[in-house]
Amino acid sequence: MKMVVAIIRPEVLNGVLEALFKAEVRGLSISRVQGHGGETERVETYRGITVKMELSEKVRLEIGVSDHFVEPTVQTIIRAARTGEVGDGKIFVLPVEKVYRIRTGEEDTAAVTPVF
Amino acid sequence: MSSLRKFLVGGTTLGSLAFAAEVPKIDSGDTAWMLVSTALVLLMTPALGFFYAGMVRSKNALNTIMMSVASLGFVGIAWAVLGYSLSFSEGNGWIGGLSKAFLSGVGLEPTGAVVPLTVPHVLYMAFQATFCIIAAALVSGAIVERMRFVPYLVFITLWSLLVYAPVAHMVWGGGFLGKLGAFDFAGGTVVHINAGIAGLVAAMVLGRRKDFGRQAILPHNATYVVLGAALLWFGWFGFNGGSAVASNGLAGLAFVNTMLAPAATLVVWILLDILRTGKSTAVGAATAIVVGLVAITPASGFVSPMNAIVLGIIAAFPSYFVILWRAKTKLDDSLDVFGGHAIGGITGALLTGVLAQKVFNGIGDGWLYGNASQFLIQLLAVGVSIAYSALGTFVLLKLIGALTPLRVPVKEEGMGLDITQHGEEAYTSGEGAILVNADPIAPATRARAVGGTD
Repeated sequence: MKMVVAIIRPEVLNGVLEALFKAEVRGLSISRVQGHGGETERVETYRGITVKMELSEKVRLEIGVSDHFVEPTVQTIIRAARTGEVGDGKIFVLPVEKVYRIRTGEEDTAAVTPVF
Repeated sequence: MSSLRKFLVGGTTLGSLAFAAEVPKIDSGDTAWMLVSTALVLLMTPALGFFYAGMVRSKNALNTIMMSVASLGFVGIAWAVLGYSLSFSEGNGWIGGLSKAFLSGVGLEPTGAVVPLTVPHVLYMAFQATFCIIAAALVSGAIVERMRFVPYLVFITLWSLLVYAPVAHMVWGGGFLGKLGAFDFAGGTVVHINAGIAGLVAAMVLGRRKDFGRQAILPHNATYVVLGAALLWFGWFGFNGGSAVASNGLAGLAFVNTMLAPAATLVVWILLDILRTGKSTAVGAATAIVVGLVAITPASGFVSPMNAIVLGIIAAFPSYFVILWRAKTKLDDSLDVFGGHAIGGITGALLTGVLAQKVFNGIGDGWLYGNASQFLIQLLAVGVSIAYSALGTFVLLKLIGALTPLRVPVKEEGMGLDITQHGEEAYTSGEGAILVNADPIAPATRARAVGGTD
């Protein structure tokens, strides 16, 4: 099993979710985060105080998948989240030691296989 | 205002208006009420900003509120320089002349206006300015979340001169619709049908938002929508009550009708919501208040309070179902300026021709009281304002669009217009903000608290 962690732009989130559901990737969490990935800073001004906003709003997706689902998941996110501009985000694939499904007590691959 | 104007323009002479022939004098009661009314109506424009801003996504909240706020400046100045003259000076049947441009001859005396006044002419000009300002701001609701700000400023400024001013002249400023006897007490045709149709055309010319129909676009702060509607209702007492241009019984009638009609619309809307889905929504209730206010606007000084309730009840239906229908179409009139203002305004303008009662307005009856021809005059006024507004707005936007793009690029639409058009965010946390041009050397000594009770 792997944990796929993706940092994406907030405005592409709906498109990415739609693509993931179409690719039958279910079971994910999202959180709103702020980050910096080398994109140009935005300059904002409040009553003469000019600031560079070094952090941008991003969305972090966490998806636990079985091994053969890693590639489809990653490719789906890349396709749906890419705009071609700096700041599109990153995808990290991490090893997972153990997975449990709380409801049934199932372990590992059985625990990350979607229930139909 | 139209009532008084009609006596003068139409040449009708009634005993009660005989004072018009005398040397006009300032009435302190009338002046006091018009001072207050002008401030009340001015408040409606930022209120509209909140009403609209609550309905957009948080990344466009500032841009949306700025579209209303900017009108206070750009349209306000255009009105003083040129708009007032084009609306309220002698011209032809369609548009006024330039005799009052730069407020020439608009003084402290109640003389020189196209209507008999008992308040300073300059105050009458300011009162009318607030109507033009909110009419231009109303259009913005149809094109939020996608229009570049500078072309928008050009658009509302020119719209106020080329579209609003002629319609105001036709109905109120001595133009042909007023001479025919069209009833528009406070701006059903001039403000609401005019702005509503302009919104519809603007939404068509600019096209849909990139996310429209592809993902849910939800109001980011429904409480702002209600706050805006509440302040609009408050300001509307000046809008309608002040349109008597006097502190008298007619102002009282308009004031009471402004209270009762939206109340009736609100009741019907909440019940429709409950019957249809089992739940009544706050955004729906706020919309109902505005629709009821729009509908009573042309009728407020012409119908009895009980008929204002009837009007408010009827007005809920067309707008309610047009807004529901619009959401299913490809038309991205984003905040339903057409469904609220054009449909509400048309309903109100036509019902004015049905429910008007001479015993209340002193001018004429509607269809229900034996004067069917009034309904036909209302129909004509509605038709002319729809046609002129649609044509004028279309040509104006196409001209501006030929010189500069009207829309922001798709990428900027994704980021939101607050950042790309204004360099500000409505809800910034301040995290990650680094001062530009900050003194690189930290101050050696820091001011220290020196005791005391602070």
